[in-house]
Amino acid sequence: MIRNLIIGGVLSAVFVCAALISFVWTPYDHAALDIANKLKTPNALHLLGTDHFGRDILSMIMVGARTSIAVALVAVGIGMGLGVPLGLWAAARQGTWLDELIMRGNDLVFAFPSLVIAILITAIFGAGAINAIIAIGIFNIPVFARITRGAALSLWRREFILAARVAGKTAARISVEHILPNVTNLLIVQGTIQFSLGILAEAGLSYVGLGAQPPTPSWGRMLADAQTLVSIAPHMALVPGFAIILTVLGLNLMGDGLRDYLDPRLRVARV
Amino acid sequence: MLRYTIKRLISLFISLAVASIVIFAVIEIAPGDPASFMLGMNAQPETLAALRTELGLDVPKVQRYLTWVGGMLSGDFGTSYTYRTPVMDMISDRLWVSLPLALYALVLSTALAFPAGIYAASRRGQAGDIGVMGATQLGVAVPNFWFAMMLVLIFAINLRWFAAGGFVGWDKGLWAGLHALTLPAIALALPQAAILARVMRSSLLDVLGEDFMRTARAKGLTARQALWRHGLRNALIPVLTIIGLQFSFLLAGSIIIEQVFYLPGLGRLVFQSISARDLIVVESVVMLLVFSVITVNFLVDLAYAAVDPRLRSRT
Repeated sequence: MIRNLIIGGVLSAVFVCAALISFVWTPYDHAALDIANKLKTPNALHLLGTDHFGRDILSMIMVGARTSIAVALVAVGIGMGLGVPLGLWAAARQGTWLDELIMRGNDLVFAFPSLVIAILITAIFGAGAINAIIAIGIFNIPVFARITRGAALSLWRREFILAARVAGKTAARISVEHILPNVTNLLIVQGTIQFSLGILAEAGLSYVGLGAQPPTPSWGRMLADAQTLVSIAPHMALVPGFAIILTVLGLNLMGDGLRDYLDPRLRVARV
Repeated sequence: MLRYTIKRLISLFISLAVASIVIFAVIEIAPGDPASFMLGMNAQPETLAALRTELGLDVPKVQRYLTWVGGMLSGDFGTSYTYRTPVMDMISDRLWVSLPLALYALVLSTALAFPAGIYAASRRGQAGDIGVMGATQLGVAVPNFWFAMMLVLIFAINLRWFAAGGFVGWDKGLWAGLHALTLPAIALALPQAAILARVMRSSLLDVLGEDFMRTARAKGLTARQALWRHGLRNALIPVLTIIGLQFSFLLAGSIIIEQVFYLPGLGRLVFQSISARDLIVVESVVMLLVFSVITVNFLVDLAYAAVDPRLRSRT
């Protein structure tokens, strides 16, 4: 549905823009304390209110979007950067011990939820936004490896690949020149989905203190701060919550829309 | 089936062995010596050496790994560095909160998702389907810990139906225990139910297009009868896989949800242990979680093969 693509795209774009604008301008300094104006509900001066230190919530949301988007984006990059080559490699050596090794390795990484990876990394290095990136990124690797291998396997049986092999191209060249372009659509869609999952995971990790540390603003940390104040200042919890929901919803809708748009078979089927 | 089971069993053991080596190695490279951490900066070298011997830190790494694994197999997870109590006792106490919470959430999620998925599939493309799918789209996007905070705000603080946090303990009776876990379980279950409902719907839609469904209708069953007698059973296979996968996510997810409700579960144990650098506890909890993921996946694979004979010959 093209409608999903537009709604999702617009929603995601709003938050990406908010993050980008925050580099040059925010309504207030996101870290500036103003105790006199603490816990203000949304008003004309502070459009989304202030927190328990009088910090402007809109400014914090804008800067926090930066953290969320950066963490999720780099994590998708790690997952794609390592997972896609592994998946292509496994498919090119289908049925060999190498394929088996890569896929069993994937299964093993899959058994470590990103929260568990984050706990392990934090136990070694201490907490930080980098941990969240690594933890979510590692979890993304098998996701991309599996989906790439699955799609590549069916491509390897196609005639145009056979033709490329007859022409004397190596498996590596075929993987890069013929297989990769044909799985790109799939990867874009999966990338969008993992991006949204990454934002949720980052929020969860910083909420429990395993992700971004103060003073780095992040939506998860804002929710952790809001928790004890939720009865007297619900807006402190509502605003970051809606920011997360709308971003994730936007990305998911965009992923669905992209899948339908990029797959011509689905388009025909609907007509 | 036996051949397949043995094959899967071997790969289960290899996975567990590799996972335990990875976890052990990661904890090994963590900076800081537990013994000097316990005794503080001014410890005498002799006391330090004695404690290292007591904790078994002075033997080679390979031997320590084998002791650790051997201990776990016989139910001995070692002794906590900070509390000096058996890790096994600490974990089993906490597991009595986390495990029932995960199971409770699993039941709720399934109970919500099945009717929603079946309803949506049977009204494909109509208003009911679009409504349910829209709701699931939203459910997937809601962070469970934020949803938990909203539940606390509405049902604990405003309506006062539930306690805002804490756990009374099972010795106060089953009902009191379940009551205390209800809000956390709902918070955990909702996003998972949204995913499960989507899987249920699409799986059912796949089955509804099969020839045997047309045959069922042709022999005189109504659409409803055909759905319940033939459609549902065949649609359940992928759904069961997802339920299996969800259990491990729920167990890991309960770690975060426990923070919202101040529940004394595995989550609080693991965070306390991280800040106290009680790495043997962290190691054991992580191994337990990974063990449960791998084992549940193994059981799902077996269940899958038991239901669908085609799968047995494939691997």
